[in-house]
Amino acid sequence: MRLTGAEILIKCLEEQGVDIIFGYPGGAVLPIYDVLYFTPTIRHVRTCHEQGAAHAADGYARATGKVGVCLATSGPGATNLVTGIATAYMDSVPIVAITGQVPRNLLGKDSFQEVDITGITIPITKHNYLVKDVEKLADTIREAFYIAKSGRPGPVLIDLPKDVMLSETEFSPYDPKKLSKSFPDDTALDLRELDCAVNALNESKKPVLYVGGGVINSGATEQVVELAEKFLIPVTTTLMGIGGFPGKHPLYLGMLGMHGTAPANFAISHCDLLIAVGARFDDRAVGKFESFAPEAKIIHIDIDPAEIGKNIHVDIPIVGDVKKVLEIINSRLEPIRQREWLKQVDKWKKDYPLKYCNNGKLKPQYIIEQIYELTDGDAIITTEVGQNQMWAAQFYRFKNPRSLISSGGLGTMGYGLPAALGAQLGRPDKKVFNIAGDGSFLMNCHELATAVNYKLPINIILLNNQSLGMVRQWQDMFFGKRFSSVNLEDSTDFVKLAEAYGAVGLRVKKKEDVRPILMKALNIEKPVLIECVVDPDEKVFPMVPAGGALHEMIGI
Amino acid sequence: MRHTLAVLVENHPGVLSRVSGLFSRRGFNIESLAVGPTEKPDISRMTIVVEGDDYVIEQVSKQLNKLVDVIKVSDISSQASVSRELVLIKVDADPSVRSQIIQIVEIFRANIVDVGKNSMIIELTGDKDKVTAMEELLKQFGIKELVRTGIVAMNRGS
Repeated sequence: MRLTGAEILIKCLEEQGVDIIFGYPGGAVLPIYDVLYFTPTIRHVRTCHEQGAAHAADGYARATGKVGVCLATSGPGATNLVTGIATAYMDSVPIVAITGQVPRNLLGKDSFQEVDITGITIPITKHNYLVKDVEKLADTIREAFYIAKSGRPGPVLIDLPKDVMLSETEFSPYDPKKLSKSFPDDTALDLRELDCAVNALNESKKPVLYVGGGVINSGATEQVVELAEKFLIPVTTTLMGIGGFPGKHPLYLGMLGMHGTAPANFAISHCDLLIAVGARFDDRAVGKFESFAPEAKIIHIDIDPAEIGKNIHVDIPIVGDVKKVLEIINSRLEPIRQREWLKQVDKWKKDYPLKYCNNGKLKPQYIIEQIYELTDGDAIITTEVGQNQMWAAQFYRFKNPRSLISSGGLGTMGYGLPAALGAQLGRPDKKVFNIAGDGSFLMNCHELATAVNYKLPINIILLNNQSLGMVRQWQDMFFGKRFSSVNLEDSTDFVKLAEAYGAVGLRVKKKEDVRPILMKALNIEKPVLIECVVDPDEKVFPMVPAGGALHEMIGI
Repeated sequence: MRHTLAVLVENHPGVLSRVSGLFSRRGFNIESLAVGPTEKPDISRMTIVVEGDDYVIEQVSKQLNKLVDVIKVSDISSQASVSRELVLIKVDADPSVRSQIIQIVEIFRANIVDVGKNSMIIELTGDKDKVTAMEELLKQFGIKELVRTGIVAMNRGS
C-alpha cells in the first residue's frame, strides 16, 4: 500500500491505539491535518495554545496510563510545546510530541518558522528524532511510542519536515518482530540485593515506606498496600506518589518533605529502615541531604539505575520494576502481628495533625476539605503550582492512583487547567477539579475556551488570595515582608471572565456558602469556575525552610 | 582521578551533541573526546577522558547508558589498555636551530611533516606523558601552534 508520510503517521498512531490527539494547526503540519480530516478514529482536540496541547496530552497520560500525543507546527508551534515537554520529562510522563518542520531543502537556512526543535529538546526528552526519510517514518513512530512508555516513561519528540509528510512510500503494517532496535526492558533482578532487602526488613524495628511516582507508573499500589499491611510499615508519599497509597489508610502518614506532614517527616527522621519505592530523593522531599533519615539503612527500588545513588547514598539498591520487585519481597515475608514503632507513629499523628486556623475568614484548606467530602476522595484533582498545589496535596485524601495530577518536578504554573482538559477527555467517567490560584490560573486561562468548545464539565476552584501566594509566603517569612511584585489585587473579575468564555462563573466569599455552591457546580454539565475569595494571609504549613532538615518544621 | 571511557554509539547526526550536552548539563568535565566510525560503519566509537571520583564516573556511565543512541559504555582505565594521541606542533625553526629540533624529533620517533622558511610542523603520536615531554622540550624554540586529537584507547588483547 503506497501512502504519504502524513498518512503513514496517522496509520501508525492508529496502530498504537491513539484515539485522541491535542494540537494546533499551522503551515508545516497542513498535510497531517488534511489526513485527520478524513480520520474518524482519531479525535483532534484543538487547544488555544500549543503549551496547552502539551499539558493536555500530559494530563491525559497521567489520568489514563496511556501515551499522550500532541501535535504542533514548526517554529513557534514547536517552541510553545517546550514547557509542556519539560514538565512531562521531570515527572516521567509518557507523551509523544509531533512537530512539523520546514521542508528538507530549507533546513538550516533560517527559513520561515524554522527552529531546531530536536536540538532544543535534547535535554528534556528521553529521545527525539528528525525524520528525513519517509522510508524510516513508520518504524520511527513505533520506536518513539516504545521508548515513551518503556522503563522509566518520558516524552519523545518526532520532528517531521513538511515534504516528508508529502512523500510517498510503501507502508507495511506493524510487525512486532521487526522493531529495528530492542531495548533492555528490565534487567534481571539482583537476587543478592533482594536477600539483603528481606533481611533488612526482618531486622528492622522502625521501618518507613517512602513511595514515589514510580509506584503509580508501575501500577504497584496493591503491592505497596500488601507490604505495608503485612509488615505493619507506615507509609509516606512524595507529591508524585500521592494516590499510590490510599489516603485514608491507617498506615498512611501523608506527604513528606518541605510541606509534608509532621508525622511523615518525623518518621523519616527517626526510622531505622527506609524503603524508597519508585522515588528519586528530590530536594523538596528530602530537605537537607546530610540529615535525611540519619538513623536509617536505605533500600532503594527503582527502574532507572541512574537514580540509584544520584542524590543520596543507598545501602541496598534494587534496579527493577517496582511491582515485580515488591511481589517477590512480599512473597518472602512472614506477616507480623504488631509493631511497637506504630505506637510512636500514631502518637505523632495524634499530636501533629494538619491544621489551619478557623478565624471566620474563608480558608482554602476548608474548601479542599469540602471537595474531598463531596467527592469521597474519588475525583481527579489537577493543580496549578504554589500554595494551591500544596493545600490540595495536604487536604484532599486521594483514594486512587492517577487522581492527583500536578507538575511536581518542574513546578509549572499554568499546568493544571490544560491538564484537566486532558484528564477529563481521558476519564469522562470521573469528576475533574482544577485547583488553581489566581496567579497560575491567569497563565493559561484561555484554555477555558477549549473546555467550553469541547463541553468538558470540569470544575475550576480558583483560590483567589489576590497575590502570588507562595512567593508572598516566602517574602513574608524570609524577605522581611517586602512583598515585591506579588500583588494581584483587583486585577480580574474572574466570574465575568468565565462567562465571557461561555463557562459558568460563581463566586464564594463565605464559609457557609462553600458547600451549596460546590453542590450546585457538581450538577452543571458545563465548565464551571468557582472563584473563592480566600484569606490572603493564609500560609502553607508545616514548612521546612529551604535547606533545612525534615524535622525542623515551622508551623506544626 | 582520570578515567577513560570507550563509548559505542549509533553513527547518527546529532549523537555528539547529545553526549556532549549531557556532560555540560550535569556538570561533568570532559578532558578530551575523540570520535570516529568503527569497523562497522553504522557504529561510532567515542573515547572520552573524564576527570572525577567514583561517584562522578558512575553517574556519567549511567546517564550515558540512558541515551538511546548509546550502545555500550566501558571504563577502560582500570584495564590493560593502549592509549594514543596524535599532536601536530608548529615550532619556530630558523636554520640555526633546525638540527637541534631534528634530533629531538628523532629521539621521540616523531615526524617532520612540513618545513617552512622559519618553522616546522612536527607530528607525534604517543600517550599523554610522551606528548607532554616533547612539548616541554620544544618550548625553548617557541611553539607557534599546537593541536591534539584527543586520546583514543583500546583494551589489550587477552
